[in-house]
Amino acid sequence: MADVAAPKTAHPGRTLIIFFAGVAILFGLVAIGGTWKPALGLDLQGGQRITLRAKDNNVKTEAMAEAAKIINQRVNGSGVSEASVSTQGNTNIVVSIPGESNQKLVDIVQRQARLGFRLIACSSSVPGACGGAAAPKPDKTTTGIVHDGLAWRAAPPQAWIDKFNAATCPPAAEPDENADAPTNPMVACSTPVKGQAPEKYLLSPAVLEGKELSSATAQQGGQNSIAWEVGLKFKSDGAKKFAQISKSLFTNGREQFAMVLDGSVLSAPRMDSPSLSKDASITGSFSHAEAMSLATSLKFGALPVAFESDPKNETIGPSLAGNQLDAGIWAGIVGLLLVMLYCLLYYRGLGFVVIASLLAAGITTYGMVLLLAGAGFTLSLPGIAGLIVAVGITADSFIVFFERIRDEMREGKSMRVAVEAGWVRARNTCLAADAVSLSAAVVLYIFAIDEVRGFAFTLGLSTVIDLAIFFWFTKPAVSWLGRFHFFSDGHKLSGLGTDTLGLDAAAIKGGAV
Amino acid sequence: MGRFNRLGNDLYNGHKSIDFIGRWKTWFAASAVIVLVALGGLFFRGLNLGIDFVGGTEYNVSLPAAKVTQDNADKLRDVVAGLGIKDAEQPVVTTSGNEAILVQTEPLTNAEIITVKKAIGDALHISADDVSQSSLGESWGKDVLNRAILGLIVFLIVVMLFIWAYFREWKMSVAAIVALAHDVLITVGIYALSGFEVSPATVTGILTILGFSLYDTVVVFDKVRENTHQGKAGSRTYADGANLAVNQTLVRSINTSIVALLPVAALLYVGVVQLGSGSLKDLALALFVGMIAGAYSSIFIATPLLVMLKKNDDDVEVVNRRAAARIRAADPYASVPSFAEGMPVFADPTTTALEQARQHIDPAKAQRPMTQDRLPKGFLKDQDELPDELDER
Repeated sequence: MADVAAPKTAHPGRTLIIFFAGVAILFGLVAIGGTWKPALGLDLQGGQRITLRAKDNNVKTEAMAEAAKIINQRVNGSGVSEASVSTQGNTNIVVSIPGESNQKLVDIVQRQARLGFRLIACSSSVPGACGGAAAPKPDKTTTGIVHDGLAWRAAPPQAWIDKFNAATCPPAAEPDENADAPTNPMVACSTPVKGQAPEKYLLSPAVLEGKELSSATAQQGGQNSIAWEVGLKFKSDGAKKFAQISKSLFTNGREQFAMVLDGSVLSAPRMDSPSLSKDASITGSFSHAEAMSLATSLKFGALPVAFESDPKNETIGPSLAGNQLDAGIWAGIVGLLLVMLYCLLYYRGLGFVVIASLLAAGITTYGMVLLLAGAGFTLSLPGIAGLIVAVGITADSFIVFFERIRDEMREGKSMRVAVEAGWVRARNTCLAADAVSLSAAVVLYIFAIDEVRGFAFTLGLSTVIDLAIFFWFTKPAVSWLGRFHFFSDGHKLSGLGTDTLGLDAAAIKGGAV
Repeated sequence: MGRFNRLGNDLYNGHKSIDFIGRWKTWFAASAVIVLVALGGLFFRGLNLGIDFVGGTEYNVSLPAAKVTQDNADKLRDVVAGLGIKDAEQPVVTTSGNEAILVQTEPLTNAEIITVKKAIGDALHISADDVSQSSLGESWGKDVLNRAILGLIVFLIVVMLFIWAYFREWKMSVAAIVALAHDVLITVGIYALSGFEVSPATVTGILTILGFSLYDTVVVFDKVRENTHQGKAGSRTYADGANLAVNQTLVRSINTSIVALLPVAALLYVGVVQLGSGSLKDLALALFVGMIAGAYSSIFIATPLLVMLKKNDDDVEVVNRRAAARIRAADPYASVPSFAEGMPVFADPTTTALEQARQHIDPAKAQRPMTQDRLPKGFLKDQDELPDELDER
């Protein structure tokens, strides 16, 4: 064939040295981190178990499930910690977090938050009468909760106005725990911002709840604007309500409304358009960080259930007996030894390249696992098994490569030419096949949560390591070995001799003709 | 190993060839039977879903601090698993702080709950009253599952697009996905038949199968494309090229399967024989079945299916017509009976250079040692291969 002239790697030794330097840097980083044992998952090491109890004993099952889902997104949303979240009985949510000292995750679970959108009846920045004639009126176009909210906002009961007048900001005492129940009106202060006097509001019952928001993102505004803003997307019911609210408030002189999180007003934007529905954005002089923080609070702060503020927090032991881990590791070692034995028997001299490559892959993987332990990556038993299985996929790259080299040699090429020609073809095959694995990893990582996400991460990690070893270790190693007569002249034990390729057999067969 | 090596060479140059494409009826029938058995298992036995999917009951065993040990937790796990209650076969047992051990099982009947509580009490020499129970929701609710399924659908679409873009052939995408469905069905079906509990580890195992099955198919298809590429196909029809590709990758497929299966087999052995319970065997079984199915389907299902799908394609007809034309043009002796063992070989003044070379084929009579690179190209190949090589001269 004419297309074999692969660019020869002129310096396989150099690539190998760079590869080893890379591995050394990896372990240097691990040394800085200071942990030499991988963080193990819930099943192998145990962890912390947090039990959240609902304040109300008669919470609806759906609300509990919804809360469990949101907490799950919170703890698993940012990484691969493989925390597990389930409901217990009617009033509890149990969150199990691997590892002993993962305080950050514990904090995330314990952060309680209830988000609501409310209408502003009175505000300390607009002195004068609350409600009254200037207020937007409910009309034919408004329905349900929005209708009631507007009605309440137009004529707040005197008792609430008195409460508003009596209140101070910041509040003198801890507010009552049920103060921000969505069905109640409330008096609230703006979230304290440095250098600004807090504002005081009298707010209607929530007209929209956090769960009706489908997403909130920090984005840079459209229309040539580079200012940061927070984009909101509502679910269909929420969008309908928000459309009604925006129409009423806008026609009434671009009024403000309040977003309340944890009893304080997170933001009180002005309604700048009459016809907002599914998509809306909050603009203002946000910095990037402020926009991000507001978006995160809006997105994840919306638990439909209020929980006791002192959740039970216990240390739990591993759910798998210690013998499972030992047995798993032993099985892995025995399996790998068998693989090595097979490779030596079949590929002879080249078998050592397989073994060295697998060892290099193993060392790199271990280093990455150690490095990522700092980012909350934990190894559960399925994870360890997954890594052992990845050996098969890693070894396949070498097998495809070696078979290609042999095929090229069967075409009559010398060993060193065959290595380069075989490489070009094996490389393309492996790149295509690994691209499939990698897309599986990326897609599952983006879409799935929980264990599936941890799995996707492991798969992606082992695929990338496979490619790195294949390109920067196996290929240069084989090219380098090609400089030795043992390999290039096809010694019987090199794995590339005519005998091994089965050529003698063919010649004899041909001789019979 | 020597025989295997020789087989590798013979398969590569076509001396030996297994008719993977032509005998598709055999393979498809075999797969149909296995898939039917799998579907039957799935349908009649159903999957045994674990605590993570269906929730269950949690027993809180209050104990003095001295008794809250990992040993006692392990003991309780064995005791509860050994009760012979199907839904309590794989309990999750953990120590909790230093005041309790928690035991979780799938939902049980009241009588079974009493049995479990009594067994726990007996095992640790405490009163069954010290064991309180509460219901436990599933941690893998619909929501987690829905998101995983959504991810899967997106992944399949991405892979189909990728294969289509890489091979420029959507029919390869279809064949790969059919092979994938075949593998997953068999894996899930056999899992149902085994009665093993479905845990998150099982899901992980099945996802690994998805990746492995597609990976394997892509490797085989890469060779199919190379062999059937217009202009390179020579005298081979599309089906012949595909068949040769499968034969040429056969050694690689066998080696890869052995290397991938050895560690899994070790895990499965340890999980089933030594431990008897736990997520290790769930994962290993799913992987073991799925990897065998994945390697099998790339060869026996995906490639024949691809050839069938492409049978009436224009480009395939061009390749096939050209192949037929070349055979006619290049082989003026097509009507001459083909060589058989013992048939006398005689010189013919009109023979081509290659035919002359053929007569000197005995290495013992050759003037110089016969090394691979000194032989004329195509020298070692079968008669079927000849036109191709003549073409290149």
